[in-house]
Amino acid sequence: MISANLSAIFYLVSGVLFILALRGLSSPETSRQGNLFGILGMIIAVTVTFLSTGNFSTGFLFVLIFILIGGSIGAFIAYRIPMTAMPELVAGFHSLVGLAAVFVAISAFLNPEAFNLGFPGNIKLGSLIEMSIGAAVGAITFSGSVIAFLKLQGIMSGSPITFKGQHPLNAVILISIVVLIYLLCSTQNSNLFWILLAVSFLIGFLLIIPIGGADMPVVISMLNSYSGWAAAGIGFTLENTALIITGALVGSSGAILSYIMCKGMNRSFFNVILGGFGATEEDTSNSSSKEQRPVKSGNADDAAFLMKNASSVIIVPGYGMAVAQAQHALREMVDTLKKNDIKVSYAIHPVAGRMPGHMNVLLAEANVPYDEVFELEEINNDFANADVAFVIGANDVTNPVAKTDPQSPIYGMPVLDVEKCKSVLFVKRSLSPGYAGIDNDLFYKENTLMLFADAKKMTEDITKNL
Amino acid sequence: MEIDPLIFRLSIFILSIFVGYYVVWSVTPSLHTPLMSVTNAISSVIIVGAIIAGLSGNSESVFNTSSFFGFLAIALAAINIFGGFLVTQRMLAMYKKKKKDKH
Repeated sequence: MISANLSAIFYLVSGVLFILALRGLSSPETSRQGNLFGILGMIIAVTVTFLSTGNFSTGFLFVLIFILIGGSIGAFIAYRIPMTAMPELVAGFHSLVGLAAVFVAISAFLNPEAFNLGFPGNIKLGSLIEMSIGAAVGAITFSGSVIAFLKLQGIMSGSPITFKGQHPLNAVILISIVVLIYLLCSTQNSNLFWILLAVSFLIGFLLIIPIGGADMPVVISMLNSYSGWAAAGIGFTLENTALIITGALVGSSGAILSYIMCKGMNRSFFNVILGGFGATEEDTSNSSSKEQRPVKSGNADDAAFLMKNASSVIIVPGYGMAVAQAQHALREMVDTLKKNDIKVSYAIHPVAGRMPGHMNVLLAEANVPYDEVFELEEINNDFANADVAFVIGANDVTNPVAKTDPQSPIYGMPVLDVEKCKSVLFVKRSLSPGYAGIDNDLFYKENTLMLFADAKKMTEDITKNL
Repeated sequence: MEIDPLIFRLSIFILSIFVGYYVVWSVTPSLHTPLMSVTNAISSVIIVGAIIAGLSGNSESVFNTSSFFGFLAIALAAINIFGGFLVTQRMLAMYKKKKKDKH
């Protein structure tokens, strides 16, 4: 058994190691070492907890058994999961953090003596406030992440689910959570605790259903943030420095990612959260006009010819590439291009894919060196000097309308200046509009060649023709 | 008058938010997915609370309602810890530079 002061110092050490873990991610070279710091921090935190309880009875054995069960499930998932399923996995993991926070809060509420928080029915006021906030945020994280998971997995439709009076209902529920916490703390009535949990689960569910599939990058980041705040809430209850530091880190990390994602779509956070992109816009007027506009379409042979005669090619991947699992085929095509001394780089829009950095991971999986992959600001000026832009599975993020038409719902969104290339190859299955529900002007440009096919098959065919 | 220890914890919390703010802004955008999976893993340090809860039963009965929730939380957090760190490691191993020193 070690003293409370000594264990507090060790918890601080593990908190610092977690900071270093995130710090490592500033570049791919230091990132692996950073991850090791994180693992070390976790080992220290767990070991110190064992030592400070000094309880190595049968209970300890069961703790080890449960760690082993959870650990093997986690390890199994980590090795088996395909990289394209990373958004679902992260959403699923968030839900587990949320649920674990809820369970710890329940346990502390039922048996406060074990945590030095007072007695059932007479829990210290401060602890009770922290506990109920932690439990409420944890519950919201859990049910929100489950919905996000179902939407990403395709079990639930990705389209926004909206109904009349949705926003007032949510507002009433959010206010009732605050009232419940207040009543719980003033009366210590355990029924109120269960009602609080139920209502929090409900609001997590209601908050996420109106948000559509392509807004998932914001949702996942937001839930990431929530899981951090839930952990911090529990950290205050347990008076544990490691948890408080980690909760604050994760909370701010998720908040920053949400901000970056919202900026990538030029939408306010509230606009995304309140949901229903495109639900109000778009009548039939412009869908009738688009029928008449001519589109040039080509086949793999034409595309190969254009690329063979180019000296530089920029690839613009999007969610469609992930769906078609085309990243490996794409890399092979690029290898062939490079053999012909053609310069190739990749342009990634901040909200391409279903989570922050989604495209980068897929390209890394396909062995694309990360120094050939560029962010929007880094590469946008290069389109004017490039010969061919190869758009694979992206749509709205290339739409020039965002720069020209103030009426458009995506006006002001930063887009890749694909149309400035000498020619544009656009791989797409049909002319259907993207997520924002608007027509892409790029389809009808003089220098655009549409390649109507599955992204993977088209890429393979082009490689054969090169 | 003595300062409530809560104030110290609040100070740690607020300062950590600032540390988090600056550290996360310096994360390169191409590593945002590993950032999410690693934050997932470290937020599962909530397992320390779960362990205390799990060990709260007495010697006659390891399982009571309170410790049962603790054990469940241990299993959930362990899934996240192992899954989160390992999948991050797997992703980071894929990020490579241009093959100059190969062959």
